[in-house]
Amino acid sequence: MSGPSTYNPKSGFERWLDTRLPLPRLLHDTIHTFPTPRNLNIWYTFGGILTFCLAIQIVTGIVLAMHYVANATLAFDSVESIMRDVNYGWLIRYMHSNGASMFFLAVYIHMFRGLYYGSYKAPRELIWIIGVLIYLLMMATAFFGYVLPWGQMSFWGATVITNLFSAIPVVGNHIATWLWGDFAVGDATLNRFFSLHYLLPFIIAAVVGLHIWALHVPGNNNPLGIDVKSPQDTVPFHPYYTVKDAFYLVLFVIFYALFVFYWPDFFGNPDNYQQANPLVTPPDIVPEWYLLPFYAMLRSIPNKLLGVIVMFGAIATLVFIPWLDTSRVRSCRFRPLMKQFFWAFLVACVLLGYCGGQSVDAARFGIPLVWVARIASIYYYVFFWLIMPIVGLIETPKKLPASIAQSVLGDTAAAPAE
Amino acid sequence: MAATTHDAGTRRDFLYVASGAMGAVGVAAIAWPFVDQMNPSTAALALASTEVDLSTVQPGQQVIVKWRGHPLFVRRRTPAEIASAKAVDVNSLPDPLAYNDNLPDNSPATDANRAIKPEWLILIGVCTHLGCTPTVSTPQMPEGDYGGWLCHCHGSQYDTAGRIRKGPAPRNLQVPPYSFLSATRIKVG
Repeated sequence: MSGPSTYNPKSGFERWLDTRLPLPRLLHDTIHTFPTPRNLNIWYTFGGILTFCLAIQIVTGIVLAMHYVANATLAFDSVESIMRDVNYGWLIRYMHSNGASMFFLAVYIHMFRGLYYGSYKAPRELIWIIGVLIYLLMMATAFFGYVLPWGQMSFWGATVITNLFSAIPVVGNHIATWLWGDFAVGDATLNRFFSLHYLLPFIIAAVVGLHIWALHVPGNNNPLGIDVKSPQDTVPFHPYYTVKDAFYLVLFVIFYALFVFYWPDFFGNPDNYQQANPLVTPPDIVPEWYLLPFYAMLRSIPNKLLGVIVMFGAIATLVFIPWLDTSRVRSCRFRPLMKQFFWAFLVACVLLGYCGGQSVDAARFGIPLVWVARIASIYYYVFFWLIMPIVGLIETPKKLPASIAQSVLGDTAAAPAE
Repeated sequence: MAATTHDAGTRRDFLYVASGAMGAVGVAAIAWPFVDQMNPSTAALALASTEVDLSTVQPGQQVIVKWRGHPLFVRRRTPAEIASAKAVDVNSLPDPLAYNDNLPDNSPATDANRAIKPEWLILIGVCTHLGCTPTVSTPQMPEGDYGGWLCHCHGSQYDTAGRIRKGPAPRNLQVPPYSFLSATRIKVG
């Protein structure tokens, strides 16, 4: 799809630059003329939204780091000083903390979209796997960031997550101590987490570069999941998708701003407004909402090592999806059976998230939530490791349209003239 | 000429392998300091010990003091609590080992092996699952089914000797190294 370059340097300076550093050519080919399927819908705008989220997090984060002190006795007060004393500190911090939630909201929509339309299937396996890597890096970054305010949830969240590594036989406790730099979460831990929290977003930015590079080799998938066959199937990225992305980005920013200005603590936890106390664990330790499904898996298994394996396995499973799906058809639009399992999977993920946010022994309608979480966890694994390979083999897909253009424009599009 | 080329080739191969190996050793040698700097520093390793005054602790009460960054449980057990801990068959426990730093590693988790003096139970208050601090159970405010502790994070339950009875935690609560300085004073660490 990334055919021969159509860049045509106009001025003498552009020609001079083009033979030395062809940056204008790169931009021209990737965000200007790049041929993009003409049928991309709203769910395809989240790639651009995610790039925006990353930029917001980096800019607000750099500013916050100018006022934050990574020290166990000073961190909590420095965050309060950002909120009260630093000019517009409250705004920048709320943009950053809510920005993380928006980032994850967008990435989950982006991932479910890829799952629904089969965007992970050949020849886009590496785009998907690089995406999983970005998701992992995002979770690590978010976890480190959540520790920095040094409130009760920060401290105990860090304690629980780092203790996950102590489940590894033989070397587990040494790894935990190595991560802490002490025998418990403390000043040394806070300092290194701050250092890594500052580093990882730039690594994410680099990996996002790979993600986009890999995307520009086969080009975008599309809601029909069929290949681009002729230039009629595509439109240039600019202005068609720059404008579409910008429009939905504005809507997204309005949604984001509602939280920043009206419910800034909606995603937060009141316990984190208490300074970390190593002697008192809050009654319920709850991670940030975007990690709750995995947390529910961990809690639903009454064995430490097994729980940790199941939790990390759930993320590792994502890497194998391109080869677990045996169907020749990409998009669930033409997969009547898979479509139903897909929505059930979405429900299972939401249920897991809900269970993860409740206390361990909670029950709803007389059903212990730990059992709901167990069944949903089983479905999570069954969906990928059994349903995906089997349904792909036994399902009869619906008839695919002849081309994107025909599907979008009707049969008139068969005529080449426009 | 052919022989010269051959000789030069083997000599070159040798130099390649030798410098490659030397380089690998060098990289490993310089990598270690960067790995090891993450481990606890000498300041953190300096074993701090804490003395605890027991005279103010009432029967049935638990006090928490800080030791090496961790909460330390000091619980004065009632006769009923001691009796219920002694009544348990060690072989029926999920974890049959005492985890008492004052005893050999393979000591069984009998109540006698969990406390130097039956009345005083000294434990590191770190749940062996994922490190939360369990909540103490009292007759007035029971926590869990075994009269000891309940960890609210993930539901592990400990009995009145701090032994794991139910839930995801794999081990009994750790007993730290401690000794009695007098009848009402202990030194931990």
